Amino acid sequence: MPPTRPTSSATAGVAGEQTKILDLGYPFSLLCEVTFRCPLQCPYCSNPLAFARSLRDELETKEWIRVLEEAAGLGVLQANFSGGEPLLRKDLPELIGAAHALGLYTNLSTGGTLLTSELAGKLKEAGLAGFQLSIQDSRPESAEWIAGMRGSFVKKAEAARVAREAGFALGINAVLHRQNLDRIEEIIALAEEWGAERLELANAQYNGWALENRRWLLPTRAQVEQASNVAAAAQARLKGKMDLLFVIPDYYATYPKACLHGWGRAFLTVSADGQALPCQAAREITSLSFPNVREKSLRDIWFDSEAFNRFRGVGWLPEPCRSCPRRDIDFGGCRCQAFLLTQDAGATDPACILSPHHHRIEEALAEAETRETVAWSYRNPIESKRLSEAEPRPTPPAVAKPKPTG
Amino acid sequence: MENRKGAPRLAAKARLRWDALRQKSVLLYPEGVLILNPSAEAILSLCDGRRSVGEIVTELADRYGAEAVALEADVWNFLGELVERGLLHFPDAMEE
Repeated sequence: MPPTRPTSSATAGVAGEQTKILDLGYPFSLLCEVTFRCPLQCPYCSNPLAFARSLRDELETKEWIRVLEEAAGLGVLQANFSGGEPLLRKDLPELIGAAHALGLYTNLSTGGTLLTSELAGKLKEAGLAGFQLSIQDSRPESAEWIAGMRGSFVKKAEAARVAREAGFALGINAVLHRQNLDRIEEIIALAEEWGAERLELANAQYNGWALENRRWLLPTRAQVEQASNVAAAAQARLKGKMDLLFVIPDYYATYPKACLHGWGRAFLTVSADGQALPCQAAREITSLSFPNVREKSLRDIWFDSEAFNRFRGVGWLPEPCRSCPRRDIDFGGCRCQAFLLTQDAGATDPACILSPHHHRIEEALAEAETRETVAWSYRNPIESKRLSEAEPRPTPPAVAKPKPTG
Repeated sequence: MENRKGAPRLAAKARLRWDALRQKSVLLYPEGVLILNPSAEAILSLCDGRRSVGEIVTELADRYGAEAVALEADVWNFLGELVERGLLHFPDAMEE
C-alpha cells in the first residue's frame, strides 16, 4: 500500500505529494488471487465464502498475462500474487516473469508447504522480489490445527529456510485471533528464529470466513491489550533488525480503518475466476455486481464500472461521515464490513463508535468475553458449498466440530 | 546513524524505478511504494554500495552547487529513515 509517512527533510513535501499522486486516479497495486485452491483450511481465509463455485473457472496463463499488461498500462507498480495457494499454479514462475518484464514489483504470499528449493530458484530467476510466508501459530500442534493440515509446520520451517537460501528477504505474516493471541511472544520469537526481516501481525478482519467463525476468532479485550503491549516492546527491541507490524482488530479500535486508502483509489484485485474487485473481500457485497476481466478491459473496469465508482471519493458518504472531520482519513471505513453487518454497503462502518450500528460490534465484543465453546468451520470446498448455499446465511454458525485433515 | 561507516546500498527487496505515467521516481518494496522527489531520487541513485555517504554528499554538492555541510544532515536523515524501514543497508557498517 502506498505509505504516507516520510518525515525527513530530503523527502519533505513527499507526504503531500503522495496524496496528490494518489488522486491522479491510477491504481498502484494489483492483487492477483491466482487460485482458490489451497492445501490449508484456515478458518479466517480472505477468499469468498462461495469460492468452491469458482474452483474450476480459473483464468488461464494468457488471460493473466493480459491482465498484467493492462495493469501496467493503467499505472500499477506492484503485482501481488496470492491465492488460495499460488504455488499450486504450475505457471506461477511464468506469470511472475511476465510481471517482472513489465517493470512491476512482484510479491508472493504463500503458505509455503509446496515450496521446494528448485521452485524457489525458478521464482528468483523469474524476478520475484518479495516473499511472504504465512504462519498460523508458534507451536506445531496448534499451528497445524488452525491450518487444518498435518505436517504443515515443518514444511513451513523448511520453506523459510529455502526462501532465504534462494536470496529472498523473508517476510512472515501471522493472522492473530483468540486462539493464538496469547502466544504472540512465541510467534515473534519464531519469526526471529526463522530469519524474517519483517513480521506482520494482523488481527483477523471479520469478513467472509472470519465473520462466519467470529465467535471462535474474536479475542477478549484483555487478550488484545496484553498482545499490544508485547508487540510494542518487541518493536522497540527489534528495531533495525526485524520490522514488526501489529494491527489490532478494528472491533477494538475507536475509529474504522482507512480501508485500502479509499475504494477504487490505489488497489485493485483480480480473483481466480477473473472478477475484478476494489478489495479482495468485496464480493461479499452482493448488492453490487462486479465486472470480469474476461469481458472488459481493466481500464474500463477501473474508470467506468459502476462497482468501482460506487464508493469512490467522499461524495457518497452518509451521515455521520459526511460532516465528520475524519472523513478524509478513513473514508467511512470498510464497505464490506458495513454491508455484512448492516446489509447496506453505503452505511458508516459499524466499527466506528459514531456509527448508529456500532451496537452490533459491542454485542460481538460482549459475547467474546464469555467462555463458552463454540462450533466453527474450516475453509474448504465442502464448507464453502454448505455455507454459501444456505440462504439467508445463518448467524450464529451452527456447524460440526472440525477435525484436521491432510 | 550519522556515525555509520561504509557505502550504503538499496536492500535486495527494494527497487528504484522511473514511473513514466506519473512522471516520478518511485521506490518499490513489498509493502508499498514511496514516491520520491528529485532530491530523494538523486540521493538514492548514488547509493550503489560503492560510494560512502561523504562521497555522496560531495557529489550532490557539486551537482547542485550547494555547500556540502548544508546537505549532510538532510542526507543522513533521509538515509536513516530508509535504514529504519529496512530499505537501505550499510553492508560494511561499523557503528562507533
